[in-house]
Amino acid sequence: MADLIDVIKEDQVLDCSGMSCPLPVVKTSKAMKELQSGQVLKMVATDPGAPPDMEAWSRQTGNELLRSMTEDGKFIFYFKKK
Amino acid sequence: MSKSDPNAPKRLALIASKGTLDWAYPPFILATAAGAMGWEVGIFFTFFGLNLLKPKLTTQVSPLGNPAMPMKMPFGPEGFQNINWPLPNIMMANIPGFEALATGLMKQTFHNKGVATIEEMRQMCLDTDVRMFGCQMTMDVFGFKREDFIKETEFCGAATFLEYAAEADVQLFI
Repeated sequence: MADLIDVIKEDQVLDCSGMSCPLPVVKTSKAMKELQSGQVLKMVATDPGAPPDMEAWSRQTGNELLRSMTEDGKFIFYFKKK
Repeated sequence: MSKSDPNAPKRLALIASKGTLDWAYPPFILATAAGAMGWEVGIFFTFFGLNLLKPKLTTQVSPLGNPAMPMKMPFGPEGFQNINWPLPNIMMANIPGFEALATGLMKQTFHNKGVATIEEMRQMCLDTDVRMFGCQMTMDVFGFKREDFIKETEFCGAATFLEYAAEADVQLFI
């Protein structure tokens, strides 16, 4: 599994640490608009509501959630722009 | 997907009927989240909710009608901050200045927890083209003028909003 993470290369990083609902979703949506189709956004959040919310956001917008994980109490997501 | 056009994005129709700080959050949170998911959003601001379309927001927390509303202290050690202070309604309703105190405590707690202000949320709504419907009748009843509200406000009546809501996938009254 570890080498799977290594192959994901992000084009942009967005730090939503310390932000509460709905800011992680809103900021992610904004950041995605700046990317080209196929590019990857790495998003970091601390909001415990972020994991289910970001999955719902991914399903609703069609931007694929490539991977999500928890590291040092932070939630990390990789989204591929539709 | 709208009822009559399967290719249209999903639509959220909200009615915001209350103008206090605590009640101002739900419509703006839902609207910004839906906007971020690519949905169309329209909010009908009516009665006290119409105050949320004033250029300068002066929303306050009203403890009245919020029985046993717990209060959080935005300072001190974490254990102290996490206590829900069960303030009795009689005390909240009778102590002068309690509304200002409750408002200050809520704003500070929200700020500490990384929650955006109502002003920021409303701007995010406008940035994602959320439609702001203002209730014409409320404006007339309370003696407000068109210029008292932000320029994005579309004044209309119940029929206009119902037509919009009839095409929505989610309709909520707040």
